[in-house]
Amino acid sequence: MKSLYLLIALAPLVGSAIAGLFGWAIGRVAAHVVTILGVAVSAVGAVVVLNGLLNGAPTFNGDIYTWLTVGGTTYSVGFLIDNLTAMMMVVVTSVSLMVHLYTIGYMHEDPGYQRFFSYISLFTFSMLMLVMSNNFIQLFFGWEAVGLVSYLLIGFWFKRPTAIFANLKAFLVNRVGDFGFLLGIGMVLAYFGGSLQYADVFAAAPALASKTVQIFPGVDWSLMTVTCILLFIGAMGKSAQFPLHVWLPDSMEGPTPISALIHAATMVTAGIFMVSRMSPLFELSDTALSFILVTGSITALFMGFLGIIQNDIKRVVAYSTLSQLGYMTVALGVSAYPVAIFHLMTHAFFKALLFLGAGSVIMGMHHEQDMRNMGGLRRYMPITWLTSLLGSLALIGTPFFAGFYSKDSIIEAVAMSHIPGSSFAYFAVIAGVFVTAFYSFRMYFLVFHGEERFRHVAHDAHGHDDHHGHGVHEPHESPWVVTLPLVLLAIPSVVIGYIAVEPMLVGDFFKGVIFINHEAHPVMKKFAHEFHSAAAMGMHAFTSLPFLLALGGVVTAWVFYLKAPQIPAAIKAKCGAINTLLENKYYLDDIYFAVFAKGSRGLGSLFWKVGDQFLIDGLIVNGSAKVVGAFSAVIRRLQTGFIYSYATAMIIGLLALMTIWFAGLIAR
Amino acid sequence: MSFQAFVFYALSVILLFSGVRVITAKNPVHAALFLVLAFFTASGHWLLLQSEFLAIALVLVYVGAVMVLFLFVVMMIDIDFDKLREGFWKHLPVAGTVAVIMMAEMALILTSPEVNLSQYGAGADVAADYSNVKDLGRQIYTVYLYPFELAAVLLLVAIVAAIALTMRKNKPTKWVDPAEQVKVRRDDRLRVLKMAAEPRVEVGVSSSADDKPAV
Amino acid sequence: MLTLTHYLVLAAILFAISVLGIFMNRKNVIVLLMAIELMLLAVNYNFIAFSHYLSDTAGQIFVFFILTVAAAESAIGLAILVVLFRSQQTINVEDLGSLKG
Repeated sequence: MKSLYLLIALAPLVGSAIAGLFGWAIGRVAAHVVTILGVAVSAVGAVVVLNGLLNGAPTFNGDIYTWLTVGGTTYSVGFLIDNLTAMMMVVVTSVSLMVHLYTIGYMHEDPGYQRFFSYISLFTFSMLMLVMSNNFIQLFFGWEAVGLVSYLLIGFWFKRPTAIFANLKAFLVNRVGDFGFLLGIGMVLAYFGGSLQYADVFAAAPALASKTVQIFPGVDWSLMTVTCILLFIGAMGKSAQFPLHVWLPDSMEGPTPISALIHAATMVTAGIFMVSRMSPLFELSDTALSFILVTGSITALFMGFLGIIQNDIKRVVAYSTLSQLGYMTVALGVSAYPVAIFHLMTHAFFKALLFLGAGSVIMGMHHEQDMRNMGGLRRYMPITWLTSLLGSLALIGTPFFAGFYSKDSIIEAVAMSHIPGSSFAYFAVIAGVFVTAFYSFRMYFLVFHGEERFRHVAHDAHGHDDHHGHGVHEPHESPWVVTLPLVLLAIPSVVIGYIAVEPMLVGDFFKGVIFINHEAHPVMKKFAHEFHSAAAMGMHAFTSLPFLLALGGVVTAWVFYLKAPQIPAAIKAKCGAINTLLENKYYLDDIYFAVFAKGSRGLGSLFWKVGDQFLIDGLIVNGSAKVVGAFSAVIRRLQTGFIYSYATAMIIGLLALMTIWFAGLIAR
Repeated sequence: MSFQAFVFYALSVILLFSGVRVITAKNPVHAALFLVLAFFTASGHWLLLQSEFLAIALVLVYVGAVMVLFLFVVMMIDIDFDKLREGFWKHLPVAGTVAVIMMAEMALILTSPEVNLSQYGAGADVAADYSNVKDLGRQIYTVYLYPFELAAVLLLVAIVAAIALTMRKNKPTKWVDPAEQVKVRRDDRLRVLKMAAEPRVEVGVSSSADDKPAV
Repeated sequence: MLTLTHYLVLAAILFAISVLGIFMNRKNVIVLLMAIELMLLAVNYNFIAFSHYLSDTAGQIFVFFILTVAAAESAIGLAILVVLFRSQQTINVEDLGSLKG
């Protein structure tokens, strides 16, 4: 089995290396063939592994390769293949495969075609290393590698200043999170028995539940809480939780396929996956769980609000992603890890679908992203329309769709929880349902229904439309390489929830993988108690509050954007302050700029002027040279150049030595 | 006082006197000769210590070779030695203090009961048929063979260095470089000129330009 | 009775005399060299005295090597002296200050 796991992980890497290093030589077709082949091998392998595990194959946990050994701590490359990992592998590879296919169509005009394929295959490799890891160091390697690829891909069009700004921002914000994550790993290494293997750490954790540490002298903190919150700060960066979410909307500067793959379906879920993987640690700290819960709630609700006022189609989906990541985090906070992972999976499919659908719309509109210039596209792009509708329905939680099962389970779980912050979280997720439905269908109606506004838009601003000549060009349906992934993703978006809800949430799919302290956090037990069947859950939903709220959101969107478009404008005029607040994204970017960017630049210039130029250059480097110079100017007079001076010095030295010996003799 | 002690003290007086004269003599020739005397008395002392080989070697090597070298050099270089003695007594206070302290310390150390040199007594006399030369020879050529070889190399190096330092190179000497001779080619020495055949010209009419051979 | 101390103290006095010589003949390189020879002689005294009183010939072997080195040293030293005189027309140490820092 080891070789199969290695094959799964390395196949995309090989593809990436070939496409990246020899792309110039082998050409476009060969580049996409080789990378798709690599990812396809991984996807098939992942399915085989998952199938094997479901049919009773044992969990694999072993080291493949010892990377290095330092002071008794061994850093190794190893795989932990259990149900959680296998599921993540399937999600990652299958979505990645779809995105690879889609890219053929989306990027076919781009000069960086081979480079793009190399990047996304490299991303697949990194993500697989992340999820398949059996130790913290490899996890961190994967963590940083996906961050790197994300950086490369956001700045894929490196000639655009906005793209470069966005990728730098993503990188820097992620650094903040990664710093916390690294500190967390450091805590683990320092206090959990000196091993970084998951198995050793988890085994050591219960004994340390009530241990306290003094980070600052005199202040006792619970070791578990500190460690878990530090690790979660890493997750906040990667999974774009408030207040480290600011990079994700900007990351939409990258090509749409990677927005789907990285910034919606897989990479941003790394944090969720990591927290689930670390459930034996997080379960031991209620404080950390509350922190997670509140962070997730804020993200879920307030990022949804921002989605309402966006006009860029990709940004709407991006804020929707933020909000959904908030939902997952909320689920983590109430110890409903399986629910979080479940939502992660369903979200991966329908959010990838929505992103690819948005990409398809953008292609059909000849790289127009502003929804105010769209409308009525359902007649021109039927497949995109239908699949996007299915994706939106899944997102808002329409009963029997995939998103319904996962999201409703989260809401149920929050309702059952009693840990501090759960009441706020419940309000946030319930309100979030309405908001989600509203912005999703606002986008849907604006793009696919209503007036065909693109006919009124002057296109002279778009230089790449030159070859179309003059006038309005009709939107067109995308080629099959684009629509096929849409269809293939639409299927799981609809059915995966119905299929998987029972085994994943109630069954023992995560038995022995995710650890839940059922006495302290009985959410999953209660959930299982109230769960009867997937069908019953769906039927019951029609009378529940979330469904009504979602319906309300859809209807409101319909009224606002199809029936009475004057209402939003009126509201906008009335609530100028709120609108300004939302348009400026709660001023978080500005605050970060003013405080952190300016502050660190100020600090940097302070260090440069005072620390570097004055202290290091002036005092230490030139200063020491000057001191030596001045000192030498004095003592060079000792070097008379006359032999007798040196002879005298030798004799005086000899006399001194003799005297010391003599004094020693006397002292005895 | 035994005869040995008498000899020791007599030689000691001569030794110290000649030592003082070595450093105070106005004429370096005298200094060198007093050094010779010091070596001679030292040789006598060493005989008292039953080191016959070294006593003889000291006389042969130092008196016979080194000191002669000194005398050669002193006589060879023509300088005003009086000028070199300027300020000779000026340093006496410091020098004397240092020397006296040094000597006092050494003497105190040597005579202190802590060091306890008296434990070695009078020293064992060797047997009548003992040969100091044979003994040293055996040791040098067996146990100390490698240091001995090294000493030989050292002397060789000293010879080479002394010759290399003092050899005059500016004397005009004629010599040939065989390598250059072997490397020579025909073209370096021989040039075949092609000249157009010239018609006979009248004597006194030829211009100087026509005389030049075509190259 | 002659003891080890006799010889060692004699050697110490001889050593002190040569130190004195080095101090006082600071201009004359030839006498400096002679004083150094005298110093080496004092050292050799120690070795031979110890060799005799400890009945160990290693001391004499050592003196043998010291004589070798001293001979080499004075040969090279005098050679340098000659070269020095040839180029500088002096052996006055006070005139040889080109190493001054």
